Amino acid sequence: MKFGVVVFPGSNCDQDLVDAISIGMQQEVVKLWHKSHDLQGCDFILLPGGFSYGDYLRSGAIARISPIMQEVVQHANSGGYVMGICNGFQILTEAGLLPGALLRNVNQKFICDNVYIKPATTNLLPTRLLDLNKAYKIPVAHGEGRYHADTDTLKRLHDNDQIMFKYSSNAAETHELYNVNGSLLNIAGVSNEKKNVFGMMPHPERAVDPELGNTDGRAIFESIVELVNA
Amino acid sequence: MKFTAEIDVMPRPELLDPQGKAVLLGLEHLGLDQIGNVRIGKHITLQLEAENEEIAREKVEKACSKLLANLIMESYTYALEQQ
Amino acid sequence: MFIHYKSQTNVEQHTTVETARKLGLLEEEFERIKQILGRTPNFTELSIFSVMWSEHCSYKNSIVWLKTLPKSSPRILAEAGEENAGLVDIGDGYACSFKIESHNHPSAIEPYQGAATGVGGINRDIFTMGARPIAQLNSLRFGNIHSEKTQRLLRGVVKGIGDYGNAFGIPTVGGELFFDECYNINPLVNAFSAGIVKVGQTASATSYGAGNPVFIVGSATGKDGIHGAAFASKDITEDSVNDLPSVQVGDPFQEKLLLEASLEIIQSGDLIGIQDMGAAGITCSTSEMSAKGEHGMDIWLDKVPMRQANMVPFEILLSESQERMLIVMKKGAEQTIKDICDKWDLYCEQIGVVTEGGQLRYYQNGELVAEVPANDLVLGGGAPVYHREYREPAYFSEAKKFNIDEVEEPEDLQAVAEFLATHPNIASKRWVYRQYDSMVGTATMSTNAPADAAVVKVKGTDKSIVVTVDCNSRYVHADPEQGCAIAVAEAARNIVCAGGEPVAITNCLNFGNPYVPEVYWQFVGAIKGMKKACEALGTPVTGGNVSFYNQSSDEGPVFPTPTIGMLGIMEKKDNKMTLAFQQAGDAIYMLGEAQNDIASSEYLYSYHNVKLSPAPYFNMESELNVQAAVKELIADKLIQSAHDVADGGLYITLLESAMPNELGFDVETDKNYRKDAYLFGESQSRIVVSVAPGKQEAFEKALQNKQVTFKKLGVVTRHDCHIDGVLFHGISVAKKHYDTALEQILE
Repeated sequence: MKFGVVVFPGSNCDQDLVDAISIGMQQEVVKLWHKSHDLQGCDFILLPGGFSYGDYLRSGAIARISPIMQEVVQHANSGGYVMGICNGFQILTEAGLLPGALLRNVNQKFICDNVYIKPATTNLLPTRLLDLNKAYKIPVAHGEGRYHADTDTLKRLHDNDQIMFKYSSNAAETHELYNVNGSLLNIAGVSNEKKNVFGMMPHPERAVDPELGNTDGRAIFESIVELVNA
Repeated sequence: MKFTAEIDVMPRPELLDPQGKAVLLGLEHLGLDQIGNVRIGKHITLQLEAENEEIAREKVEKACSKLLANLIMESYTYALEQQ
Repeated sequence: MFIHYKSQTNVEQHTTVETARKLGLLEEEFERIKQILGRTPNFTELSIFSVMWSEHCSYKNSIVWLKTLPKSSPRILAEAGEENAGLVDIGDGYACSFKIESHNHPSAIEPYQGAATGVGGINRDIFTMGARPIAQLNSLRFGNIHSEKTQRLLRGVVKGIGDYGNAFGIPTVGGELFFDECYNINPLVNAFSAGIVKVGQTASATSYGAGNPVFIVGSATGKDGIHGAAFASKDITEDSVNDLPSVQVGDPFQEKLLLEASLEIIQSGDLIGIQDMGAAGITCSTSEMSAKGEHGMDIWLDKVPMRQANMVPFEILLSESQERMLIVMKKGAEQTIKDICDKWDLYCEQIGVVTEGGQLRYYQNGELVAEVPANDLVLGGGAPVYHREYREPAYFSEAKKFNIDEVEEPEDLQAVAEFLATHPNIASKRWVYRQYDSMVGTATMSTNAPADAAVVKVKGTDKSIVVTVDCNSRYVHADPEQGCAIAVAEAARNIVCAGGEPVAITNCLNFGNPYVPEVYWQFVGAIKGMKKACEALGTPVTGGNVSFYNQSSDEGPVFPTPTIGMLGIMEKKDNKMTLAFQQAGDAIYMLGEAQNDIASSEYLYSYHNVKLSPAPYFNMESELNVQAAVKELIADKLIQSAHDVADGGLYITLLESAMPNELGFDVETDKNYRKDAYLFGESQSRIVVSVAPGKQEAFEKALQNKQVTFKKLGVVTRHDCHIDGVLFHGISVAKKHYDTALEQILE
């Protein structure tokens, strides 16, 4: 199992992801430069958080036409695993690999906070080992994280078990009250129809290192590592 | 009388427009070279009522200069049309 | 030497005392420039002198006093004034570079861009040292929070800091926010950054080796930030003046690329020197680097990548366009720097060459347009140095007349507690810090367990840096010497409470007009107090900046505000201490002595509206004893939490310790003191700690043979806050009020 973290100009969580995977999970990981066309034989491609191209125009809009994205799309279309976190999620929606779009937070402000999310299914790779009745404390840090999709898409997401995470209380209640950014259905993360491409706004890589006082994100990485290795 | 105003707010020409600059990089990735000086602003439409065109203009001017544009950073132009 | 000057449209080349005055130079300074050059300067040259001899670049009105500050210790690798930022050895082969800088005036004009470019500037100072920034803080001061103007400024500044810092990708881990009418017109925006570098991989702001190429890297140059006021004269240009913007636009995306490229260039091994272009742009970096390396430069201005057409030499030289670096490489390494910049999509242009001798020659299309000796432009070289007159202001002795007995003790102390807990100066700054990414970098240890200072891991080691910015400007106004000493002591106390060892400071000296003797007296007093405190605490000054001319609405100065940014080191991560009570049943103790003192407290100033009183009680010896005791208690694992008594007094300290884990407390006051003074007074050198039941004996024993007073105040409870058996707050309500007080006003 080899992980690849794509570095776009303006990515700033790339090293955090590398640390979480290499130090936290003891897995092989390489950085992939956005101008390259070589995925270096990676099995699992991660698009990190940050502000690719300054988030100018629309978050993720310019990054998705970076050279390496041709290979990432090909990888995904041939069933390879791809996951985007925060800005990475935004890039995947702009690239059409994930349904929906991420709009400005409903309060029109950047929000950095510890929030709780609840897995909506355990049928997706990153949630396989998670507890459906548990809330996981995972930090968010974004200005444009309000998940939006049309009614038909939302219905398909629901029917096809593609909703990965929902914002919740610390007791896993998914009431609108705990919807940090105004996302439809409290959606914090989704997958594509084939369930090999994933995107989420919260940052699980920020909740891996025990020295930071929160390890709720480990279970997500463990799910990925264990199932791919199995 | 009812009017519609079409307002364009643009970064002042002498100021750096970081957004336009980053978009230019993206256009190059699409293979669209020979494009330059990309600048990005806002387009705003609004409807208003006024006794005559002069008063309508005054209102639009005030809206632009007091709120819609930050004159330290941006300039504006507009077109006014009677409905 | 005969110089042929090409005549330029719209630019007057002949200069007089009048031109000099319009550029902000004194008559004596103009005479001195003529002496240095041996002739009358042309306009471009005079512009160069005017910016380099401004307070911002030359420190001409402050350097005499700044030199009295302690600046060395075995840890200091770059002393104040030597480089762009201080450099401190943190052990294990690593060093920390850190600095604080003001961006007050740009933020007053355009709060969003002013604050954003302030963040950009301070980070460039850090990474030009070769250090990768890992922590940002900021210290903000505004006028009356209820005024529309303040709210507009506050929203703009916070958004500017957030948008720039978040995109740049370095966590904002702490800061302070203070409101007072004296900042109505002139807010203070001070930005701090700290970075880490391996010892031996640092870079220097120098230039030497004749023939070595000089590069400009980063953004193209436009007419940004050229001091509008100095040029607002028809004599200088006819039509170009009006379109000279004084606002600089920040581009954090470009800054991020510049960070990565600069660090790669520094690590290439082919670098001679590097300096960012902040104030005074190309002029400042070419002259300071040349003076330091004792060489000259030939600079070809037409090679500078430009964003606008028809820029004349003085505009190119003085432009403060952001996100640019001046870099001198070893000859032969031209391709190295170009390849790195290509990778990061940055402009990289050779604009000159290092020369023997100390002359700076600026050419435009082959014509020499200015020639000046580098050393005469800079601080420590030919820049003027002034001793300014100072005089004790009348209010100082007036403040000393304050007598606590003339203040009646309110009957309803619960109401005072609620007033203070929701006062904008004391209440949670959540509305602000939620807009800052505090966790990027996965190194911030003080998010999930809050502490008096921010704690950030140095990855690859077992160490952390512990950082804080502090200044209670009300105390400094009341008594500059004592108040500034308190600012340093409080910063150190915060670092100690978080589990760190204070090692050095950087300062941001925000004052009024230095030509006013009463203002200068405040400046001198503050420096004296800082010197005293830094010597006592063993924390030398590594640099910072001076911002004069900060005026309030009635043309009086703002409170003197010498913001202290302090760096501490935590050798082992298990030494980290939180301010939060851990469980009900733990005993609460106060270290340090209570006083019958409410002077300059938020309580006296805002609740009683008594605007003039001395600084709070402060004794350096007690301070040192209390800090030493807490360091030992933390190292011996005898306490569960530590939180210093600061703004709002003991009650607020208890409340702040109780809120994170939604606990309460049951505390008895001491009948030897007025109850309001005991609960809300801000006398210094006190720390509240909590101790697990099984550790109390060991705790008391550890303190018995120490020179420190301690007293058991009470016990941590489940959720209610009781004082002498009376319910003051239910914790969930208190927390809600405290957390949302700013939102209530601003949203």
